[in-house]
Amino acid sequence: MYNPFSLENKTILVTGASSGIGRAIAIESSKMGASVIITGRNEERLKETHAQMEGNKPDYIVADLSNSDDVQNLSENITSLNGLVNCAGLTKVLPFPFAERKDFEEVMEVNFFAPTELSRLLVKSKKLQKGASIVFISSVSGVYCSAVAGSIYSSSKGAINGLAKAMALDLAPKGIRVNCVNPGMIDTHIFSEGKITQEQLKEDMKRYPLKRYGKPEEVAYAVIYLLSDAAEWITGSNLLIDGGYTLL
Amino acid sequence: MELQEFITNFANQFEETDSSVFTKDTVFKNLDEWSSLLALSIIAMVDEQYGVALKGDDIRSANTIEDLFGIVKSKK
Repeated sequence: MYNPFSLENKTILVTGASSGIGRAIAIESSKMGASVIITGRNEERLKETHAQMEGNKPDYIVADLSNSDDVQNLSENITSLNGLVNCAGLTKVLPFPFAERKDFEEVMEVNFFAPTELSRLLVKSKKLQKGASIVFISSVSGVYCSAVAGSIYSSSKGAINGLAKAMALDLAPKGIRVNCVNPGMIDTHIFSEGKITQEQLKEDMKRYPLKRYGKPEEVAYAVIYLLSDAAEWITGSNLLIDGGYTLL
Repeated sequence: MELQEFITNFANQFEETDSSVFTKDTVFKNLDEWSSLLALSIIAMVDEQYGVALKGDDIRSANTIEDLFGIVKSKK
């Protein structure tokens, strides 16, 4: 069947695959024919993701990307990749006067330094093949807009956006493409610590022209596009997925 | 942990509302200046000053400053 978006014969590493957007990317990419290596901190939840994947399923790799030894080990465990999806991420909601250096460091470690170093190690060891695609899960926040008490998260996603553009230039000679997807609010457990109430989230949802939050699968479909050969001429770009949020 | 000090710390998060407005009986969500940012500032202040992690629902269930003081105390 004609399908320019197919991921057949591609091996793809997805970080943050134990929950939320990362899990959806792993499952949907496997359904598109990719051989998906998943990694995350929580083995139980990684197993749940693994069980929902289809086709050829390589073993999952437990790794905590806030730990630089784990990042190093992860890159050494990989032999060859056609795609890398940097999805592991967290948020910390703090009004700016309360956002201390340690808070920035905690989030930057996982949202920025870990994906940067993992990408670098995989590129340097030539494990990303010619024609490979690197995708960062960025955000609308820090690129197109921000949110109240969002200075830490926005900074980390803004940094990723800048990184992706420079990487796209430096890796173009290797035939490696680098892009970001920029989701608005997606229905995951990112606010599970409870500083934001369900009521506030419902109110926030009304600010989206399409009147709902996104689903993790809807981000996955965009990532699949960027991983596929259909996006062979796309590098250094941002793909906005926000239900119209940033139009207003 | 004292109520009066808590009221002062609470009042300090506000810019427009005069500090004389704040008493233990102040129904803080009725103040003109109240906002989602202020709710998050109160949560951050309580974490910083009292080492207690409040949830948005704690703010929601409290009516007066004294109510919130009681919640913080119970979580300490």
